[in-house]
Amino acid sequence: MIKWFSDTFPNVVYQGWTGDTGWWTSIVQTFYMTFWSAIFGGILGLIFGIGLIITAPNGIAPNKLLFWFFDKIVSVFRAVPFIILLAFIAPFTKLIVGTQIGTTAALVPLALGVFPFYARQIQVALAEVDSGIVEAAQSVGASFWDIVFGVYLREGRSEIARVSTVTLISLIGLTAMAGAIGAGGLGNMAIAYGYNRFATDTTLVATLLVLIFVLVVQLIGDYLAKKFSHK
Amino acid sequence: MSNPIISLNHIDVTFYQKKRTITAVKDVSITINRGDVYGIVGYSGAGKSTLVRVINLLQEPTSGSVIVNGETFFQADNGNNKKVRIKANDLRNRRRKIGMIFQHFNLLNERTVTENVAFALQHSKLTQDQKKLKVTELLKLVDLTDRAEQYPSQLSGGQKQRVAIARALANDPEILISDEATSALDPKTTNQILSLLKKLNEKLGLTIVLITHEMQAVKEIANKVAVMQNGEIIERGSLLDIFAQPTQQLTKEFIETATNIDKAIATISAQPLVQNLSDNELFIRLSYVGATTDEPLIAGLFRDFQVTANILYGNVEILQNTPVGSLLVILSGTDEQIKAATSTLADHHVEIEILKGGK
Repeated sequence: MIKWFSDTFPNVVYQGWTGDTGWWTSIVQTFYMTFWSAIFGGILGLIFGIGLIITAPNGIAPNKLLFWFFDKIVSVFRAVPFIILLAFIAPFTKLIVGTQIGTTAALVPLALGVFPFYARQIQVALAEVDSGIVEAAQSVGASFWDIVFGVYLREGRSEIARVSTVTLISLIGLTAMAGAIGAGGLGNMAIAYGYNRFATDTTLVATLLVLIFVLVVQLIGDYLAKKFSHK
Repeated sequence: MSNPIISLNHIDVTFYQKKRTITAVKDVSITINRGDVYGIVGYSGAGKSTLVRVINLLQEPTSGSVIVNGETFFQADNGNNKKVRIKANDLRNRRRKIGMIFQHFNLLNERTVTENVAFALQHSKLTQDQKKLKVTELLKLVDLTDRAEQYPSQLSGGQKQRVAIARALANDPEILISDEATSALDPKTTNQILSLLKKLNEKLGLTIVLITHEMQAVKEIANKVAVMQNGEIIERGSLLDIFAQPTQQLTKEFIETATNIDKAIATISAQPLVQNLSDNELFIRLSYVGATTDEPLIAGLFRDFQVTANILYGNVEILQNTPVGSLLVILSGTDEQIKAATSTLADHHVEIEILKGGK
């Protein structure tokens, strides 16, 4: 069995398990990038998404200026292709994490790349919350934060789980590009060690691993979305 | 005797859209007394919902003043930019004393019945145990004890509205605003909800502001009625006065939906008996309120004036324990006899409308 594997996938075996270019290292790098940029990008996206809902003209705290600010920032950042964003914000990246190459350096552009997408997704998810429910909450004297946390985020839970899944999957896609600034990961494995070296077996296995990752995220996301929904 | 709990004075609500201004409420003044069940009737778009949202400032008026329980919530004079507004924090506290229920219930879908009611109590000063007890009591009041742990999607429309009522009552409000609360319910459920509201009004002394397009609902429980059209109140008064002597066309239309008297007139007018009315016959409608009905007036017509009365249709409503009736009658007799008979009826406050005949 082991012999069959090393005969069929020689390059996969050549990469090794640990070490700078090993499989385990790549898997950890992908997890690392996905996890932290999901946290930072997620928080930023959530703030902007909620901001867009509450400062909108029909929101609970309408504010033209803030709405304009949220809307424009999100639109501009969404418009920049990720691979260009990686390079373009390098000085800013260095300012924040102290380096502009490597896995940690990729977190800054990843978070900035994913947050506008997530913000729009959150905006759409929260817009689903019936304005009548918000009004009913106001009629029983709910405060601003009661409505943000107790109504919007609570009522939107299932939709938020759904859009977070979509966002996370697209974020995994973005991490594959982070190899361009030396961040490693499974995407880099597939391109740098697989595609560029005509090692099709490496590309295949890297792709399969990404696929499994995506699948697991999708399954968990679907489960949560279903669990949270009582509509 | 009058004890105003809500007074809205010269309320204007204007919405400014890009190119047009829409005046939803025009110079409406209304005073609602403690313990009233005040029905506000009108077609959709008449401004009823906007007007009642002014009471708890879910809708801030463009001008006018809002006084609830003697406290000025809002005041702005036309042409004067100075606005007096209750503090946001105070407003939230006051809103807890003004319950509100809605056409589409507006329950939190992701919370159970218990959690929905408890949501209204989150700023209450009660302890956790007291809150629990309060929720249990409220669910008992609306007869939903066995549904406590279910989600709104598992409930029927009537049950959802009862949850909404329990939520609205959580902070022991003095006022309950009902915004078309029975409009999405079937007639049987509507009656259940209305009798629950009536019970709350009688037992807790709750003041209820009931807006609806269904005169039937108003007839069941209101003691006062205002009719709205195009943002204005066109007619108002006690339920009895409005039902007995509506002056505006729209009011008559609404009353017709609750009594069907016009339909009866149309049907009966088409019958040969009325079609072939002879010269000494008169097809009339008699309307009366209250005690008059106890006197044998119709029998008296023949006894005193030799006028025979052929009753073709009768409708008697009991509004606030007072009978309000309409009769469609053919009177026959000589001109003098009929004249004497009708003047006697008029003396007894019976309103006479001649529908056909009488040269």
